[in-house]
Amino acid sequence: MRVLIRGLGELCITAGLVLLLFVTYELWGTGRYTHEQQDKLGKEMMRTWASGPSGGKVTTERVKLGKGLAMIRIPKFGSSYHYVVIEGVSLDDLRKGPGHYPGTQLPGEVGNFVVSGHRTTYSAPFNRIGELKPGDEIDVDTRDGKYVYKVTTRRVVDPTDVQVTAPVPFHPGERASKRMITLTTCHPMYSAAERLIVFGELSAQYPRVTGK
Amino acid sequence: MYALIWRLLPGGWQTKTAIAAGLVLLAAVILWYLVFPWAEPKIQFDHGVMNGNPATTTPAPTPPGP
Repeated sequence: MRVLIRGLGELCITAGLVLLLFVTYELWGTGRYTHEQQDKLGKEMMRTWASGPSGGKVTTERVKLGKGLAMIRIPKFGSSYHYVVIEGVSLDDLRKGPGHYPGTQLPGEVGNFVVSGHRTTYSAPFNRIGELKPGDEIDVDTRDGKYVYKVTTRRVVDPTDVQVTAPVPFHPGERASKRMITLTTCHPMYSAAERLIVFGELSAQYPRVTGK
Repeated sequence: MYALIWRLLPGGWQTKTAIAAGLVLLAAVILWYLVFPWAEPKIQFDHGVMNGNPATTTPAPTPPGP
């Protein structure tokens, strides 16, 4: 009996240690993969931007699922904050970085440029988007140019509220007139019970000067 | 369980400690590089995508809405 109880106790302690290690892996181990992929896809994207036909339009047709589409920067989070936005939002895509919903608009277009990202794992690109206030800048660089969005509102919605990805958020049928950006991530942190949504509107755009 | 493993390890306490440390490290490496990457997608406590977005299931160029 004593042996049994001791064995059980040891097993529980072991399970606890394994769980601790797993949490460590989730929060920090997964980021290594994202960093590798971001490096790779970022270089790949810069090469295609440099080599592509100048003045060529960025279209989803040109960007394959799982490849880099644009570069997102949020000046509030420091100059080192930049992520390659991946085309696609499958589990595999989001492991590489924030992902653009296929079918939603591209940066600068009339409608809604929807980007989704992890908040706590895989390098946690959208960890701090809860701190964004109306007026804060979100910059998006594409082959064409630089688009400066200003945050307008922040909402917490249910995971099923897909209307936030519509060209006019919450009004799926309506015709869009604004150029919007929508960031989605999980909420509260370490949970997937709700979604945190940050909306922004285009405030300025600059053409890309050189091929780079 | 651990007492039994300890008894089974050969050599003096120094060798035993070294082998035990090696075994712990081996277990950690297997968990970190094989078990966790396999288990991680099945757990998904950090999920930022909207569920059931029609635009993600069908790669149509037009977003949801009539």
